[in-house]
Amino acid sequence: MRATVLVRPKHGILDPQGEAVESSLRQLGFAVAEARVGRLVDVEIDGDDPATVRRQLERMCEQLLANPLIESYEIELAAG
Amino acid sequence: MNDSAPRIGVVTFPGSNDDRDAAWALRALGAEPVTVWHADPALPEFAAVVLPGGFSYGDYLRCGAIARFSPAMEAVTAFAAEGGLVLGICNGFQILCEADLLPGVLRPNVSLSFVCRDVRLTVERSDTPFTARCVTGQSLTIPVKHGEGCWFAPDDLYADLLERDQVVLRYAEPCNGSVGDVAGVVNEEGNVMGLMPHPEHAVDPLLGSADGALVLASLVDATRDRVAVTV
Repeated sequence: MRATVLVRPKHGILDPQGEAVESSLRQLGFAVAEARVGRLVDVEIDGDDPATVRRQLERMCEQLLANPLIESYEIELAAG
Repeated sequence: MNDSAPRIGVVTFPGSNDDRDAAWALRALGAEPVTVWHADPALPEFAAVVLPGGFSYGDYLRCGAIARFSPAMEAVTAFAAEGGLVLGICNGFQILCEADLLPGVLRPNVSLSFVCRDVRLTVERSDTPFTARCVTGQSLTIPVKHGEGCWFAPDDLYADLLERDQVVLRYAEPCNGSVGDVAGVVNEEGNVMGLMPHPEHAVDPLLGSADGALVLASLVDATRDRVAVTV
């Protein structure tokens, strides 16, 4: 099964990388109010049961993929 | 046996680059450094462990996030749980935070620039095994060199740390955007410390400052004290 994990800086956490991107976009003439930079992890994982796979992905996020002090995560399972 | 040099482990991860400097400095201060490879699941017998600076595992994902799962870190975690002295410098500090052995996390510098220069620090506590040779309020000059040294803790966690007096060193000048200008913290039990500045690069006045020797010599002293207690 394929899944995508999105890891984002938590709301309210200063994101200097996002601010740099935001100011560059403005310099290019885009009316950008805010940009935040996170991380995307594509995972291919053994298993067919979406609930089981999701639980495993949650454990991956809690143990390694995200740091709960500063990051939130979102799991998307590929349909089918 | 108290005259013999205390053995202090220095863990080398793939990407560590200050391990030799740390070993050199410890030897210069009277210890016997013992290098440990990150894949070693068991630690030889030592009096303390130093996690050196560098870019373990390429700093992939987050600094220290992958190193914390190395076999040697499991042994270091067990060593710390038994009260063993552990000092993390720069990347070592990042690893200790990721491993939950120290509070908070190190994030990219607010400036997004790598900082590499001498900084002035203020000693907040001199009653730890890592700062006993200092005086509270003392100013130290020790170099930093990091891109991700901005220490962060949410407000409630930072308030807890202040209450428990876990901040050991603060920057006395703007450095990287750390919450409260925190440069070094200790765990609640007082046997694990991490700091972003590099004491191992400041043990010889020829290199501009020998203030780092106060930190490392405090650690060497503490290992002797502990040997003296157990003998």
